[in-house]
Amino acid sequence: MSEIREKVDVCVVGAGHAGCEAALACARLGLETVIFTVSVDSIALMPCNPNVGGSSKGHLVRELDALGGEMGKNIDKTFIQSKMLNVSKGPAVHSLRAQADKAEYSRAMRKVLESQEHLTIKQAEVCELLWEEINSNEEHNNKSFTGQENSNDDSLNGKGLIDKRVIGVKTFTGAIYECKGVVLCTGTYLRARCLCGEAITYTGPNGLQAATHLTDSLKEMGIELRRFKTGTPARMDGRTIDYSKMEEQFGDERIIPFSFSTDPESIQKEQASCWLTYTNKATHDIIRANLDRSPIYAGIIEGTGPRYCPSIEDKVVKFAEKERHQVFLEPEGLHTHEMYVGGMSSSLPEDVQLAMYRTVPGLEHCKIVRNAYAIEYDCINAKQLNPSLEFKKIKGLFAGGQFNGSSGYEEAACQGLVAGINAAMEIQGRDFLVMDRSESYIGVLIDDLVTKDNREPYRMMTSRAEYRLLLRQDNADRRLRKKGYEIGLITEEEYQDLLCKEKLIELEIARLKETKVGANKEIQSFLERHESMSLKTAASLAELICRPELDYAMIEEIDVGRAEAYKNYCSMEQVRSRYLTADGKLSKEIIDQVEIEIKYEGYIVRQKRQVEQYKKLEKKMIPADLNYDDVPSLRLEARQKLKEFRPVSLGQASRISGVSPADVSVLHIYLERRQRNS
Amino acid sequence: MTFQNDTIAAIATALSDSGIGIVRISGDKAIEIADILIRSKSGKRFIASAKSHTIQYGFVVCEKDGILENEMDTKSGKMIDEVMVSVFRAPKSYTKEDVVEINCHGGVLVTKKVLELVLHSGARLAEPGEFTKRAFLNGRIDLAEAEAVMDLIHSKNEMAMKASTSQLRGDLSNKIRLLREEILYEIAFIESALDDPEHISLDGYPERLNGKCDHLISEVQRLLDSAENGRMVKEGISTVILGKPNAGKSSLLNMILGQERAIVTDVAGTTRDALEEYVNLRGIHLNMIDTAGIRDTDDLVEKIGVEKARKYAMDADLILYVVDTSVALDDNDKEILSMINGKKTIFLLNKSDLEQKVSENDILSLLHFVEDGNQKDSMKENSLKSEKMESGISMISTSAALGEGLDLLEKEIEKLFFHGDVKQNDQVMITNLRHKQELENAKNALLLVKKSLEDGMPEDFYSIDLMQAYASLGSIVGEEVGDDLVDEIFSKFCMGK
Repeated sequence: MSEIREKVDVCVVGAGHAGCEAALACARLGLETVIFTVSVDSIALMPCNPNVGGSSKGHLVRELDALGGEMGKNIDKTFIQSKMLNVSKGPAVHSLRAQADKAEYSRAMRKVLESQEHLTIKQAEVCELLWEEINSNEEHNNKSFTGQENSNDDSLNGKGLIDKRVIGVKTFTGAIYECKGVVLCTGTYLRARCLCGEAITYTGPNGLQAATHLTDSLKEMGIELRRFKTGTPARMDGRTIDYSKMEEQFGDERIIPFSFSTDPESIQKEQASCWLTYTNKATHDIIRANLDRSPIYAGIIEGTGPRYCPSIEDKVVKFAEKERHQVFLEPEGLHTHEMYVGGMSSSLPEDVQLAMYRTVPGLEHCKIVRNAYAIEYDCINAKQLNPSLEFKKIKGLFAGGQFNGSSGYEEAACQGLVAGINAAMEIQGRDFLVMDRSESYIGVLIDDLVTKDNREPYRMMTSRAEYRLLLRQDNADRRLRKKGYEIGLITEEEYQDLLCKEKLIELEIARLKETKVGANKEIQSFLERHESMSLKTAASLAELICRPELDYAMIEEIDVGRAEAYKNYCSMEQVRSRYLTADGKLSKEIIDQVEIEIKYEGYIVRQKRQVEQYKKLEKKMIPADLNYDDVPSLRLEARQKLKEFRPVSLGQASRISGVSPADVSVLHIYLERRQRNS
Repeated sequence: MTFQNDTIAAIATALSDSGIGIVRISGDKAIEIADILIRSKSGKRFIASAKSHTIQYGFVVCEKDGILENEMDTKSGKMIDEVMVSVFRAPKSYTKEDVVEINCHGGVLVTKKVLELVLHSGARLAEPGEFTKRAFLNGRIDLAEAEAVMDLIHSKNEMAMKASTSQLRGDLSNKIRLLREEILYEIAFIESALDDPEHISLDGYPERLNGKCDHLISEVQRLLDSAENGRMVKEGISTVILGKPNAGKSSLLNMILGQERAIVTDVAGTTRDALEEYVNLRGIHLNMIDTAGIRDTDDLVEKIGVEKARKYAMDADLILYVVDTSVALDDNDKEILSMINGKKTIFLLNKSDLEQKVSENDILSLLHFVEDGNQKDSMKENSLKSEKMESGISMISTSAALGEGLDLLEKEIEKLFFHGDVKQNDQVMITNLRHKQELENAKNALLLVKKSLEDGMPEDFYSIDLMQAYASLGSIVGEEVGDDLVDEIFSKFCMGK
C-alpha cells in the first residue's frame, strides 16, 4: 500500500492557542513546520469565555508578547472592549482584559498562520507518534538550561534517563510525517466527551470531532495519562435579554494594547459593553433541588474540575452562605447576538439550566442558543516534563497547553510558545528557554506544572507569583524582550524600540533624583496645597514623588526643567515618536515606568533581595543521572518523590511536596561533595 | 586552593576540661600568628621555622597591656602559659589549611586568654562548626563523616518536630511556629482577597492588620529582650547546687562531670564564689551552678558567696540540695530550705558511706517547720501545703566520695524533665547570634508592614514584608531553606571541633 510520506522539522498536534504559538515560533525560527487540526475552521477557537487576559492572565499575555508570541497582537486586532483591572490596587496586580470578537479572533489568527513562511496547515487527526528506542550511552541530550550554572556539565543533560526519541507522526488516513520534533497541544480533544445533564456526546468542544486514537499511542510510549474536566456556561440570544435590569460595564476610556509592538494610538475605538447581574435565592434553590441530576454530583464525571473556575453548582455548594453570585453577560462578537453568561458554567440538564438562568434578573425571558456543558478529556501530569516542556524520557517530544493539565487560553498559549521555542532550540542545537519564578509568570506557571502534584486544571493567579512586584504587566517587555530577541522572535526594530524606552526611563529617573528643590516659599506653598509636609532642607524631585500624597504629574509645576529636558532628543532618529512627543514630552508608557520605579523603590529593592535569596538554590543544579539511592540519609518519602519528579535544581526539589528542608540540606551536601570530588 | 582565606581560631576542647585546653588556629595566617605569640625560653620567635607535624615547647607571652614586642624576654613580658604547640602545614591538616594547635595547661581562664591574644593578632573567632565546614569545603572529610553530618541534621529536625512532647528545645520553636502561623494567615487572607475579590472583602482590613502587626512585633521583641538582658548565657536547665559548707557540693559536681573541676578540699568554705558548668546529662542540657556553702559567717568574701547562692536559687529551674547526713540538721539547713521556696528540688542525702545522723523524715519535718514558719494560719492549710511540697520532693542517697547514687540522680532529673516538671527557660534559647539576627529581620519586616499601612499603600504591598517576616522566623526553626545552607548545617557542630 502506498502512502503519503513527508519530511519536515516539526509537527505540532493541535491548532488551539497553544498549538498556534508553538507552530508560529518554530516556523519563524526557520523550521519546516506542519500544524495539524481536526478542523481548519476551528483554529484558535475560543470555546469558552469571549475574552483574553484578566487578573494575572493579562500578565501572561504581555509576557508572551514580549517573547515574540502572537496572542497579544491578535487580540489587539480583534478586541471589542478593553479594561485594565484592579487599578485601585498596586501596580503589581493591574491586569489587562479584553473582550474578543471570537469569530474575528479565530479568523485573524488563521490568517497569520496561513501567511507564515515555513508553516503548513493540515486538517487531519494525528493518531500515532512514531518513535525509536535510543541507547542511553550512545547519545544524550546536549541541551542545557539557559541562564543556569553548570550548563556545560554533561551529567545534567538527562543521560541515562532518556530512552526514546520521537521521529514522526502518523495521521488517521495513514500519512506519515517524519520530523525531528513534535509538540503536543491536544487541548481538550483527547477522548473528549461532553456532558449536559444526562445527555452525553463523544465530541470535543462545540460539537467538534474528538481525537480518539492518539491516547493509545501515547500510552504505548510510556506516557501516563489522566482525566480532567472543565465546563462552559450557556450562550443566550441577546435579543431575549432585558439589559435594563443589569449594570452596564464599560471599557476603559484610554485603551492600553496587549502587545508592546502595537501603537496605542492605532487601537483607540468604539467599544461594546458587558453587563453585570446576580444570581439569587431562587437560582440557588433550583440548583440545590436538582443536584442529583448534575453529572458531577451524580458521579458520572470522573475527571477533576478546576477549583478556581467553578461551575455555578460548585459555587452554590461551596459558598453555601453566599446569597448571590456575580453573573456577567458578555458579547461573543459584533456580528452575532449571542451572549456568554460568565460565572454560570454548568453541566446540569437542559431543562434545569433554562429554569435556573431564568431566575436571574434580566434573563427572565432568555432563550438559550447553546447549552452549558462540561467536557472531560485526557491529559498528562506535567511532572513527566522538564521545565523546557520536553518529556523527560522522550527526546524531541514537547507538550503545551491544556494537555499539560492547565486551564485557560492564556496559560495554554504561553506553554505552547515555550514548547515550540524549545523544540526549535533542540533541533538547532541552542540553549533551552527556561525562565524561573523570579523572571516571569510563565516561569511560575511552568515550574508549578512540572513540580507540583496538580490535581485539577491549573489556573494562573496573582497569588501564585512570589515576586509579583517585579513581574508586573507593565514591565514585561523590559523583563523579557531581550530573551525574545536573542531567540529570534523579536525583530531588530522591536528590540531597538525597547532600548530606546530603557534609555529614556533611565535618563528621567536620573534627572528626577538629581534635580533638587530648596525649602523656599514657592515649594512650601506647593506642598501645603497638596497637604504634604513642608521641607526642612532641600530634597530631590524623586523624594517628593515618593511621598504617598504626591505623584509625577502633580510635581510638574515645581519641575522647571521638565519641559526642556528632552527637546534635543526629538530630532534624533533612534528616539521613537511613540515615547516622545514632537514637543519633547515623555509618553505615558515612560512616565508610568519612571513613577513606579521611584515610588516603590524600597519595595522593589526588598523584593529583589528576596529573589537573590531564592536564586541561590535555583542555581544549584542536580545532575539528571543522579541516583537518589546513593544519597544517604534521605527520608523514604523524599527519595520516592525525588525519583518521581527528578528536579533539575535544588530549588525545584525544595518545592516538591513531601521533600522537607532537611532533605534538601542532605541533597545539597551530597551534591557539594560530589562536585568537589569530581 | 582553599575555599576561604581568612584565619579563624577557637577553643577546640570543652571548656569544662581543666586539664589541657587546645586553641586551634586555621588559615593562611595561622603560623604567623602563632609565631608572634609563642616564644622559646629565651624569648625568641621560632614557630615560623617549625616543621610540619611537629610539636614544639614554648611560652605564650605578652606585655601587661597585651602589646606584643618583636623580641621579648619571657621575664620582662607577662608569661601567660607554658604550652605545647603542634604545627600542621597545608594541605596536610584537618582543614587542608595551615593549622596550629596550642595546648594550654593553665585551665579555662588561661586558655581563654590565649584565644583572646590569638584573636588580637589577626584571627577571627570561628563560627560554630567552622573548622569542620572548612574541612568539608576543602574536600578533606570523607563520606562517613559527611553522613554523620546528615544524620545529625535529621535527628535535629526530628527533635524539633517532637518538641512539644519532649520539651527539648521546644519552647522557642513552638513560639516561633505560632507566630509564623499568625503571619501566614494574614498573607493567605490578602492573597485570596486579591484572587477572589467577589467573595473576600478587604474592607477595614488595614486596621486589623495594623493591630496584628503590633501584637507580632511585641512578641518578637519579647524574644529579643531575652537575648539582650543576658540573664542566662548558656542553654539549658538552670540547676543550682545548694548545701552547707563541706556537705559535698563540689564533690557532687565533680562526680557529675566525671572530672576534677571544682576545687575540693576538706576545709569548709573552699568554694567561695559560684562555679558554672554546662553538662549534658542523658541528652538533657544542664547549666550547673555550684555555690558557696550556706552558713552564718563573718567572713566578708564568704558572705558575698552566700548571697550569690541565694540569688541563683531564686532564678533556678532545679535545685540540688546536698545534705551531709553525717552531721545533724541545724539553722543553716533551715536557711537553705527557705531558699528552696517551692522550686523543684532533689535532696541528695550525701555521705551515705558515713555514720548516718539525718534521716529523710528529719528533713521532711524540718521542711514542714520552715513552711509553718512561713504560713502560721490554718493547720489544714499547712498540711495541704506540705503534701504538695512532698510530692515535688525527691530524695536520693549519694556518696560523692565513693561515686554512688549518680545513676539515680540522672534518672530522677530525666524523669522530672520529661514529665515537664522542669522546663528550660524559654529565654535561654535566644543565645544564638543567628537566631537573634533573624528575629531582628522579622521585626524590621513587620515594622515595614506598618509603614506601608501608614502610607496607605494598596494591600498587595503588605505581603512583600509579611513574607520576609515569615521567612526570617522560618529559618530559625529550620522550616525555611536558607541560602547559607552549608553554614547552617555545620553550625550544628560544637565550636572548634
